[in-house]
Amino acid sequence: MTTTTLLRFATAGSVDDGKSTLVGRLLHDSKSVLADQLEAVAHASRNRGQEAPDLALLTDGLRAEREQGITIDVAYRYFATPRRRFILADTPGHVQYTRNMVTGASTAQLAIVLVDARNGVVEQTRRHAAVAALLRVPHLVLAVNKMDLAGYTENTFAAIADEFTAYAASLGVPQVTAIPISALAGDNVVTPSSHMDWYGGPTVLEHLETVPVVTDPTAEDARFPVQYVIRPQTPAHPDYRGYAGQIASGVLTVGDEVTVLPSGRTSTISAIDALGTGVDTAFAPQSVTLRLADDLDVSRGDLIAPTATAPVPTQDVQATVCHVADKPLRVGDRVLLKHTTRTVKAIVKDIPSRLTLDDLSHHPHPGELTANDIGRITLRTAEPLALDSYHHSRRTGAFLLIDPTDGTTLTAGMAGDAQAAFSVAAAVADDEGWDF
Amino acid sequence: MSSYALSHLDALESEAVHVFREVAGEFERPVILFSGGKDSILMLHLALKAFAPATVPFSLLHVDTGHNFPEVLAYRDRVVAEHGLRLEVASVQEFIDTGRLRERPDGTRNPLQTPPLLDAIERHRFDAVFGGGRRDEEKARAKERVFSLRDEFGGWDPRRQRPELWQLYNGRHAPGEHVRVFPLSNFTELDVWQYIAREKIELPSIYYAHEREVFHRAGMWLAPGDWGGPREGERTERRLVRYRTVGDMSCTGAVDSDALTIEAVIAEIAASRLTERGATRADDKLSEAAMEDRKREGYF
Repeated sequence: MTTTTLLRFATAGSVDDGKSTLVGRLLHDSKSVLADQLEAVAHASRNRGQEAPDLALLTDGLRAEREQGITIDVAYRYFATPRRRFILADTPGHVQYTRNMVTGASTAQLAIVLVDARNGVVEQTRRHAAVAALLRVPHLVLAVNKMDLAGYTENTFAAIADEFTAYAASLGVPQVTAIPISALAGDNVVTPSSHMDWYGGPTVLEHLETVPVVTDPTAEDARFPVQYVIRPQTPAHPDYRGYAGQIASGVLTVGDEVTVLPSGRTSTISAIDALGTGVDTAFAPQSVTLRLADDLDVSRGDLIAPTATAPVPTQDVQATVCHVADKPLRVGDRVLLKHTTRTVKAIVKDIPSRLTLDDLSHHPHPGELTANDIGRITLRTAEPLALDSYHHSRRTGAFLLIDPTDGTTLTAGMAGDAQAAFSVAAAVADDEGWDF
Repeated sequence: MSSYALSHLDALESEAVHVFREVAGEFERPVILFSGGKDSILMLHLALKAFAPATVPFSLLHVDTGHNFPEVLAYRDRVVAEHGLRLEVASVQEFIDTGRLRERPDGTRNPLQTPPLLDAIERHRFDAVFGGGRRDEEKARAKERVFSLRDEFGGWDPRRQRPELWQLYNGRHAPGEHVRVFPLSNFTELDVWQYIAREKIELPSIYYAHEREVFHRAGMWLAPGDWGGPREGERTERRLVRYRTVGDMSCTGAVDSDALTIEAVIAEIAASRLTERGATRADDKLSEAAMEDRKREGYF
């Protein structure tokens, strides 16, 4: 069987930028849409009095959306080419749904931001780019759509691409791939356009197929949050004690000296079981079971890390957050903080600023954050947390705040000081860029 | 560098195992919905791998429509015995016999599964219910979370879904509520078959081509049985067929196929121009929003 890799990406665009048509076009032209789905779309299009099948209908899901003609939630789409399999988080562009883009971007390796060639970079575009930068999506693509309605002119495209790239640079994004397309006509989505000879770059699909997805885990500090302790206590395995989890970052090797946090006890890795196969080395994001040479008290919520590079547990957390609940977050709120496999009590000590994504301006001491707000907060936790900066690890630097009364997910948190986010309108692009 | 690249099947496997272990770590009484269909067999296989060499710390729940393929029931009982699992059965027939459900005029029992399912969840106080649903299956499923909160009536409200960020699953719920968990969310039909081939997982024989008496109804080949087919005027014939999905006999159709091996099945799916539900599920043809409506009522 051939080995193919997986790319997760997200799309974002304003209402009427043609995002659904782009997604429909990608699915259709990569032959991922099957006859019965096409027939259903053709049927629905006819019902609405449209002659040609409306590819945007391929991505419409719920009755509520069809009735109101909107997209209300993140939808996941799947397609494949011989080189790669793709998981697309299709996020709506409407202004109050910033949280949905944050959701889609949180697991994405690449984000496509769509603009209408006739409108250029608008407020929504800047918000989308800022969310992608904030969530540290490794690759950013600008798709300038509706080039057919802009005469397929190079100047129109170049002006938009320059403005967007400059804005992205101010967010600390070192590189943007800009592609002129017409999702409706199919230009540069899957097949190269015959109307834009001046463009020498890849089509959207070519870029998706070739963008590097593998980072070098040896360059990362290894992190292993313990999910579950496996103790069969059977005659065949009377003394087996394994720590099950998914490697969050880096590489683990038998013989590594490790520290268990937050207790700080040390041991060495005596065995790694990779779902039925004993291995010497395992790497992120493999799910494995570790065994240690010493009989330590390790349980769910602990973090195993190489002693040399283990994080320092802390009870004081600074973070950039996106508030995702309707109920506001206020100074003094008592919340639960979920970080990797550990959930602890926490208090919101301060909300030093709220950020306006359109111009990256700060509003000091807003008192509260409401739905879709991005801001800085400081927290005090009841127990120490082995947290990394989100800048260094999207997995061990991320956390949720949860309402202890009803379990609502309140806030998406990215740990680290303000400089680690792009906050102070970082005029100078970070040297490290997005290198993770 | 390349030695640190996971194949897409390894990535999907690791992700599903992570989900099983999260649920084991955070819930009191999880259960795996097990129909004997390929997706539930795959779930069980992943759960066995996730907790080896210990046993799976969950029981199985079969929502039994009473219209079962005998090969599938035999398979179910065999794996339960082999792995020392506990099986609970929620019976649609029992609900009909006791007057709590009424047979539909069309004889289809798939929509009738919801009340016995919710009753079993309440009776056993299951707080996490693993389902084999995949997002590539259907439009409403495409919007489903991996952890999907259900209210005390088992209902799914797409507007009340929690945002699912990073790999941080929030499974908190009030007493009486439960969470449906979909570890196969990101598998496609082809991924499922490729993974089954790689892991050499045994499936009920009806997934492979075999000769069977069938009759034609609503564009599908249905198998005769106690459930009420064929009706007058519906002629049975012997054909070489296989099943792409396994559900209630009254609404699960067979497809013409000569795929005797898993490799032949994979080749057939890769070349197919129809989705598995479009090809073989009458219940999804009811309306444009059939699945969305059933999910709101508490369906799988």
